[in-house]
Amino acid sequence: MDASAAKLVAAGLAMIGVVGAGVGIGVLFGNYVSAGIRNPAAAPKMFPQVMIGMALSEATAIFSLVIALMLLFVF
Amino acid sequence: MAAEHSPMEQFAIKPLIPIHVGGLDLSFTNSALFMVIAATVVTLLMVASFRGRSLVPSRIQSVAELLYEFVANMVESVCGSEGRKYFPFIFTLFTFILLCNLLGLLPYAFTVTSHIIITVALALVVFIGVTIIGFAKHGLGFLGLFAPHGVPGWIMPFLVPIEVFSYFVRPVSLSLRLFANMMAGHTMLKVIAGFVVLLGAWFGWVPFAFVVILTAFEILVALLQAYIFAILACVYLNDALHPSH
Repeated sequence: MDASAAKLVAAGLAMIGVVGAGVGIGVLFGNYVSAGIRNPAAAPKMFPQVMIGMALSEATAIFSLVIALMLLFVF
Repeated sequence: MAAEHSPMEQFAIKPLIPIHVGGLDLSFTNSALFMVIAATVVTLLMVASFRGRSLVPSRIQSVAELLYEFVANMVESVCGSEGRKYFPFIFTLFTFILLCNLLGLLPYAFTVTSHIIITVALALVVFIGVTIIGFAKHGLGFLGLFAPHGVPGWIMPFLVPIEVFSYFVRPVSLSLRLFANMMAGHTMLKVIAGFVVLLGAWFGWVPFAFVVILTAFEILVALLQAYIFAILACVYLNDALHPSH
């Protein structure tokens, strides 16, 4: 395999890290919805925290995106 | 596939009024045009809503009031009463990003926030500004942000580098989140829209229905990303105002 092909494969492999963020956001919103069904009055208060949690778990996906972009355009 | 028909064509920056000063290319581009449009729309909305101020708000006034109260509540709940001083900045940030995201959804429009240079500039303004506020308010006490209270001493050598790293990675994640969401969403829209043309009149309606659903989803993403950018700016500001965990 020559270097440029390996680079493309590596960039694709680097994006596997997005799986974690997908699981994280799914767990986050699933729990938010089930908690909101139990206590609808408290749900709006927790929404900003949900958004912050989503942003933080999405950050891990962004790290793997950065690695993929670096593999594609920097090396 | 020719470059002018690729899904990436929408992100091309075209100079509308070429301006060259020295060796610099300061052309007025389509990106600059849409930033001007976004700023103008926000200004017009605010000016129009303040014209006929009344106790019972008119339609346009209640739009502006909703927007104001939404952001004011967000700043208040995250930063506390000290954050009131920085409300105009957060409000400007939120409305500008929101309008840039929403204007980009119009057909043939240019999405300003799908370029990483724009989002990095916005994120660096937040990051540098917040760091200056932190040092101006607390002096070297701001560095206490990196050493949380109530942590056993032997963990500190591991924890402090992680905290410092996570602090410096903030502008990266803040800018890349907005950029990646907008770019991925718009690329996906154009790819699916390309299927409509490829499948023709008989089967083209299947991807067309999908495009309609995706456009609705993209409006949600546009709102959500503007909200996340603003609320994270508030969270970072809160760290600067109250650095002890």
